[in-house]
Formats: sequence, C-alpha cells, structure tokens
Amino acid sequence: MKRFAYLKSATAALAVAAPVLFSGAALAQDAVNLRMTIWSANEAHLNLFNEIAADFKKEHPNVTVTYDSLPFDTYMTTLTTQIAGGNAPDLAWIFETGAADFVSSGALYPLTETFEATEGYNLGEVSEGATAIWQQDGTLYAYPFSTSPFGIFVNNDLIRAAGQTTPAELIAAGEWTWDKAMEVAAASAKDGKAGLIVRDFNYQMWQNLASIWRGWGAAPWSQDGATCTFAEQPMVEAMTFIHDAIFDKHAMPGPGEDVDFFAGNAAMTITQISRASLLPKGEDAFEWDLVPLPQGPAGEYALIGQAGIGVFQSGKNAETAAQFLAFMTNPANSAKLAQFFPSARQSLLNVAALSKTNPLLSPEQLETVVIKGIATGTVIPGHTDFAQIQQTVRAELDALWRPDADVKAVLESVCSRISPLL
Amino acid sequence: MSTVAANGTPAKERKVARKRPFWTMERRDSLAGYLFIAPQLAGIITFVLIPLGLVFWYSMHEWNVLGARFNYVGSRNYEQLLSDPALLEVLGATGIFSAGLVVFNLSLALLLAVLLDQKLKGITVYRTLFFSPVVVSLVAWTIVWRFLLQNNGGINSILLLTGVEGPNWLRNPTTAMISVIVVQVFKNVGLNMVLFLAALQGVPRELYEAARVDGAPRFKQFRRITLPMISPTILLTSIITIVGSLQVFAQIAVLTQGGPGMSTTVLVYYLYQQAFQFHRFGYGSTLSILLFVIVAVLTFVQWQMRRRLVFYER
Repeated sequence: MKRFAYLKSATAALAVAAPVLFSGAALAQDAVNLRMTIWSANEAHLNLFNEIAADFKKEHPNVTVTYDSLPFDTYMTTLTTQIAGGNAPDLAWIFETGAADFVSSGALYPLTETFEATEGYNLGEVSEGATAIWQQDGTLYAYPFSTSPFGIFVNNDLIRAAGQTTPAELIAAGEWTWDKAMEVAAASAKDGKAGLIVRDFNYQMWQNLASIWRGWGAAPWSQDGATCTFAEQPMVEAMTFIHDAIFDKHAMPGPGEDVDFFAGNAAMTITQISRASLLPKGEDAFEWDLVPLPQGPAGEYALIGQAGIGVFQSGKNAETAAQFLAFMTNPANSAKLAQFFPSARQSLLNVAALSKTNPLLSPEQLETVVIKGIATGTVIPGHTDFAQIQQTVRAELDALWRPDADVKAVLESVCSRISPLL
Repeated sequence: MSTVAANGTPAKERKVARKRPFWTMERRDSLAGYLFIAPQLAGIITFVLIPLGLVFWYSMHEWNVLGARFNYVGSRNYEQLLSDPALLEVLGATGIFSAGLVVFNLSLALLLAVLLDQKLKGITVYRTLFFSPVVVSLVAWTIVWRFLLQNNGGINSILLLTGVEGPNWLRNPTTAMISVIVVQVFKNVGLNMVLFLAALQGVPRELYEAARVDGAPRFKQFRRITLPMISPTILLTSIITIVGSLQVFAQIAVLTQGGPGMSTTVLVYYLYQQAFQFHRFGYGSTLSILLFVIVAVLTFVQWQMRRRLVFYER
C-alpha cells in the first residue's frame, strides 16, 4: 500500500516537472554562447566590447558573447593550441602577419554574404587596400577592424635639450628625411637617453623595420611572395643605413638594450598611433608630437599594421558568429571602436570624425599621419607559413646585429635560408 | 569408509575444495596493493602512457591545425628528421648545454655540500640561502636574470665600476650559452647540494679516522673515501641533471628565444617552435619521439655504468 502511494507521488511529480524540464531543454538548445579570443586585456576595450555584445543581445536575446583575453606575446601559440585541442573559439582576432595562413587554410567562415545581407553595413566603403590581405577569390574571410598607421612619436623636450631642430620644424622646412631624422636621433642620444627606437623590434620582430626600409622601396619578398628580395639593392642600402645608425652613429639602442620612449628615455619612437594612450601624464609628462615617417630615397611612404576578426568554420554557431561580427563592425559600432582601433571605413576617415574618438591627437596629426597613412599605406609584410619564415629570418639576421657585420653577405644568407619556404 | 565420487575424487576432499573462499588472504593483499597504487597508475596511464602513444601516432601524420587536416604520412616525418638541416645544430646546442650544465652543476653542488658539511655557527642559514633559489618561480627567476644580463643591465654596470667592459651576454653565441647554463645552475644547484650533503653525512666517520691514522692527506681522503661512498648519489644526481637538462625550455624562451642565430635552440625549444609556432604538430611529435629515445638511451647507459662507477650500492 505504502509502495503504491510512493509510486503515485513520483508519477505526479514527474507530470508536473516534465513540461518544465522540456521547456528548459528547449531554451538551452536555443541559447548560443559565442567566444571571441582577443589579445587585449585593457578595461576600456573590454567595456566597449561588452557594451556592443549587450546591444546585440537586445536583438538576439539567446546570444551571449564572451571575450577571452590571451597574452599578446603568446597569442598565436595559444590560439592554435586551442584549435588543435578541438576548442577553437567562435571568433578570433588575427594579426596581419597571420592573415595569409588563416585565409588560405579554409578555417575561416566566408563573411561577404553575411555582411552584404546586413542592413546598412556598406562594405563598399572599406577600401580595397585595407581588405586585400583578408580576401581570397573575392571573398572576405576576416574583417580588418583595426587599421593603424605607423608614425613617429617625438619627445620635443629631449630634442631641444640636445640643441636640435624638432621634426615638426623639419617638416615645415621640407627637410624631414631619414638622414636628418637619424642626425637628430644621434645628437639626442646622450646622458643615458636613447635616440630613435623601433618599438617592439627588440632585434626579434624584424618585420617592424619595414617602417624604415620602405623608405628605400625595399621589401622582403616579391609581390607574389615567391622570390626573396632581401639581398636586392634597396634592402641592402636600407639595412646598411640601419646598421650604421645602430653601431656607428649610436642613434638607435643596440641589441640587448631596453629603453622605453614612453618613460621619457628616448627622443623618438616608431610605433602605431594606438600607442598614444601610453603617453605619460602629470609630473612625468613631456612635450610630445606625432609626425609621419620621414621621406626616404624612394620618396614618401606609409606603413600600416592591421588586425582582423575572423569566424571559425568549425564552430556550430558560425552563422550567428558572422552575424555578430557584422553587428560589431557596422558603421555605428565601427565609430565607437575607432577610439581605440582606427577604422578603414571612408565615412570615419575625416578629421571631424577622428577628433571625436582620438582627443589626444591634433587635427594636423590626424590628417598627416592617420588619414594619409591609411589612404596610402601598405600593410606590414606577411606570408603563408609566416611564423617559420619569421624565425628563420630572425636567426639569420642575428649575424647582422654586430658592429663588424657584412650586411650584403648576411642578407644573401637570409635569402638562401628562406627561399625554400617561399 | 570414505565414499568415492564418479570421477574418482574422494567426497571429503571435494567438499573442502568447494568451501575455499574466493577472498583468500593473498587475494585480499593483492587487491589492497592494487588499490593503493591505482591513483598513481591511473595518473601514469592518463598523463604519460596514453599521451606517449598518441605522440607516436601523431608523428606518423601531417597535422594541419588551421585547415583541420590530419593525414597519415607513414615514416615521412622520420625521413624529414634525418634530412633536417637545422637538426645537427640543434643537437649540438643541446649537447653543449647538457654537458656544461651537468659538469658545472654537479661540481658546484659537491663543492657547496663539502663546504657546508661543517659544524659551524649559522651553517643552517647558509644552507637555506643556497637552497632558496630552488623554490623560486622559474620564470620569475629567469626574467630577473634577463634584466641583469642586458647589455646595459646590472652585471655589466657592476663590471663597469671595476673598469671592465662586459660583453653583450645574450647577443653573442658563446656568452649566451654560458649565460643560460649559469642561470639554470644557480637555480637548481641547491637541490643537488642537499642530496650531496645528506650523502656526505652518511659516510661513517671511522673511515676518516682510520685514514688519518694511516696518514692520508685530506684530498686523498676525499678521493679514496668520500667519492666512492657517495657514488650512488653522484649517479642519481647525474641522471636527474642530465634528464632535466634535456627538458630545459623556460630559460631559453625567456632569455634568448633560441638565439643568437640557432646557438641556444635546444631540442625542446626546437620541438616547441615546430609544433606550436609553425603549427607542424606531426613533425613536432617526431621530435618528441627523438627526445624520448635520447633520454631513454642516456638513462640506460648511465644505469649500466653504475656497476663500473658506483662502488658502494645499498
């Protein structure tokens, strides 16, 4: 009798719980959790990303987006390990140097259709040059959300203390050339201060030297990426110039010397404009300026660094992830993102729009460095299998960073080592 | 009168056999033993044996992580291993690092142990001092050394005070290798020192007394008594140090990233580059198998040599 009563209670409980359980299961089935790996842990960046995700959730209540901040230095390694472990994110930031590998691998979801189907997206206003490395056969596989030109930040206090003419004055006089820039850097490098620093180069990330060698019209490989051009005359001349600046003129810190421009310890640094946020305030502040890269023997030029966002095909929510990416990078949200990540959208490439999002930069700086840089600049060099090529070149170039190096011979050995990889 | 069954077995005997419990004392002991080792065994199977098998399996594949392609290529990765132009350089760097580390580490550890095997006031403080780097985080330790070894870093600044212009430690192939070895030795020498110290304190004092009576000088006592008596510990520490030296990674990653050139690219760092930086997991796995074979062979050789070199084994 007692057993029968238990059975009745259990049946009743199941009858009450079943609809609830099934509706819960249905809700869980509809819920979409998207994960995006990024290399920024900046609180302001994350606040903005979360704000955009919250706005998307208003239209798609079942979609939740989380951001996974990975360390910058090991970003690619961590990302590929996640992919190898079957735990690929739904969306990921991708360095411009990794673009060729990711785009050609077939790992990324094609975005063009989704973007074109998104009302008001206006993909056409993003310049061809900005999307070039993220496309294959006319299809976009990642969106270049950050197109940041390289410029030179200047510590005018140090330059004046060295009795030198400031870069702004040299530009006004039409004398802003690499020869003059190194002359100023060499004269300013005294009393424990350094002249010119190529930020993040550290005698490892040689691709950042493109900010100098492009002035000689040099490139590491041919346009189609099949032939090494390290040993060609423009590169030999550019590298000889850099070598002299380091070891003869002492205008640049040598290998194994850590110097930080933003701590006030150097006269100039080549870096992307997004680093303006590192400029010191208060007691440590100094009079700074941002100027375009100097003219080289090959004339004026500009260099841009890019970061793209791609959607992984392997994710079960790839389509939703692509829709979120379309929302995140629509004109309105691109305008918000532009305060940290310069946009390649034409509608945002004007002084009025940029001034709102980059209050630290003057209209002149925005015009000469940002707008002109994005319009005319070429992207930092990349290639398929770039990580291996990067390490191989780095190992060979180590022989160049000695006072007695034979520049031509070293560059020839670089070509002999990387030619099989191209 | 006893009854005999159809099969010829006496009924009483059959009864006894049937009554024998399954859980005999022997079986209970075995079960208890297996249960005790089960957690450790599960760990070894999950984290050592299965990954080892998988690495061997991966080494016969070309694994394109980005393109999600995993193709069987048989022995191709092993053939590539034999024709890899960088491998000789890598094995050379690994050999130099291991040899330098073992010689410097064991000599310094033994020297410190002999010096600290004294009954002096405050000797425990010195022992703690020399052992303390062992418990410091390896990466933190190496980062501090990276700053000290910069061209304009602490070591060269001190040298400059004495009028000596120091080398650019991490940018010259020879000094870079020396730096990596020294940083590693200073980090771990305390561990071997403690092992040697324990061994030294286990040497019977009467042997030294007898030697003194016979007029043996201190160095002869060390060579003829101390070294033979602590030879099992020397064997143990040399195996630990050699195996450890072949697994060095963090120091290279933080201090030199394998440079200048390939001068400090040791096997583990090269394996990491191939697998995790160049996304060549198949070839990276093949290098892991090579490392496994080298470690196994060296350990086997050392173990065999104990008969010739270890004079006293308990």
